[in-house]
Amino acid sequence: MGTETEFGISVSGHPHANPMVASTRLVNAYATATLKARRARWDFEEESPLRDARGFDMSRDVADPSQLTDEDLGLANVILTNGARLYVDHAHPEYSTPECTNPMDIVIWDKAGEQIALDATRFAAVPGEGDLVLYKNNTDNKGASYGAHENYLVRRSTPFGDIVRHLTPFFVSRQVVCGAGRVGLGQDGHGDGFQISQRADYFEVEVGLETTLKRPIINTRDEPHADPEKYRRLHVIIGDANLAETSTYLKVGTAALVLSMIEDRFITADLSVSRPVASLKEVSHDPGLTHLLEVGDGRKMTAVQLQWEYFHLAERYLEERRGGDVDPPTKDVMKRWESVLTRLERDPFECADELDWVAKLKLLNSYRDRDGLAWSDAKLHLIDLQYADLRPEKGLYHRLLKLGRMKRLVSDSVVEEAMHEPPEDTRAYFRGRCLSKYADNIAAASWDSVIFDLPGHESLQRVPTIDPLRGSRAHVGALLDEHDTALGLFEALTAR
Amino acid sequence: MAQEQKQPRKSHEEDEPTDAAPAPADAVTERKEQLDEDIDAILEDIDDVLETNAEDFVKSFIQKGGQ
Repeated sequence: MGTETEFGISVSGHPHANPMVASTRLVNAYATATLKARRARWDFEEESPLRDARGFDMSRDVADPSQLTDEDLGLANVILTNGARLYVDHAHPEYSTPECTNPMDIVIWDKAGEQIALDATRFAAVPGEGDLVLYKNNTDNKGASYGAHENYLVRRSTPFGDIVRHLTPFFVSRQVVCGAGRVGLGQDGHGDGFQISQRADYFEVEVGLETTLKRPIINTRDEPHADPEKYRRLHVIIGDANLAETSTYLKVGTAALVLSMIEDRFITADLSVSRPVASLKEVSHDPGLTHLLEVGDGRKMTAVQLQWEYFHLAERYLEERRGGDVDPPTKDVMKRWESVLTRLERDPFECADELDWVAKLKLLNSYRDRDGLAWSDAKLHLIDLQYADLRPEKGLYHRLLKLGRMKRLVSDSVVEEAMHEPPEDTRAYFRGRCLSKYADNIAAASWDSVIFDLPGHESLQRVPTIDPLRGSRAHVGALLDEHDTALGLFEALTAR
Repeated sequence: MAQEQKQPRKSHEEDEPTDAAPAPADAVTERKEQLDEDIDAILEDIDDVLETNAEDFVKSFIQKGGQ
């Protein structure tokens, strides 16, 4: 599994700055400041027409358009030693975590991505220019939305119809656990009020291929980055960008569990929700958690109750299919899921130190009480926006964290290490270690390959990493330790 | 709300011949005051970092759509 985050970006003091230019400046600055090798991994590294000998890049904002080549814009793209990818997608900087096998690792490498993005803003600082500021949210509240995607490896043999049938009600209801909270109703935020999800109002169809318009609850993009005979990559576009660690953890942990049940054909109950697109919004617009969904078998239930249905199915699935012999990470997901649902049902505010939307709502309500603010007040919109500011001194999530108001699942030191080191149990290990150890000999890398430029070889040598679970430390750790040169490693790999 | 509940209880306690009971009501009041102080402290911390001129700031946050 893995996540992708598109950050909101602004240039302080320059509200009309070109976001693609700003995003490119950010990614290039991180590459320049952190990558050991000077050689081209992606074109932009060698071609730096705005590189200034004084040690900083000329800001793209002030450069004459003629100084910019097409390649400078929209193509900035680096693979990091932790196996992640930092790049420009559309008009946003985006970070994709390395492939992980469990939700706690997702939290760790997702948090590492926030820190990397924050460092990038500092590296991109140019004297006399506005600072780059990043927001981990999903909307500008004026009609634009940008994503926080999840990816899950799913067995190809799983019928896609089963995924649509069983995952749609799960996605309609799971926002009560992993919504990030939003002030404003409707795509342009014109309606007054608070809603649970950042993304819900931007979804218009049930199933589809598109991601930037007519967004579907279930996205059909089929680009496995793995053996297509064996796997599909389920590309989930409906989630919110989370800052609260428990929100991120349960978002991916519970989805992975439900997907396991679907793969194993365990779900037979009809939990289909009538009018899923409308229901998604109705759940989001109901922070009191009382809205009743119409479920396929004729029952009416709240989103929390529908989540309980999935929880109890998972409980039975683990008992029947795994004989109760459940791995500790799965047990932990079940324990936290149960705890959160219990409290949401009793009083949502009991989750104020763990879930983004509840933390945000509690803060907003405190301001409304103290200052007598209406939901239309700009100050409440500001609080919503500033909650997602990545800067620890300005971001309100970070202020709450600092004040001991948000629970952590991972420590700063673990996150710090994950900024540079890959997870050990997927192919990200091979990719990341190769980049840190043989940087001079890596021409390029992607999810499913590492491309070497080796002495004595005329052409580039591509090492495929088609199986996401191979290339782990157990698999190639000793080889990587053994060989001090890329050539030695390559010869050992190809001799096998 | 808390006030409404506290009043009848206190008068009831006053009727009692022993004065062993007032502690819980006081404890609740104290906890509530503690909570309010806590929230006030949080809001003060956040007041300090909130961008000035909320309206302009929010208006100028304009993004292009993404995925």
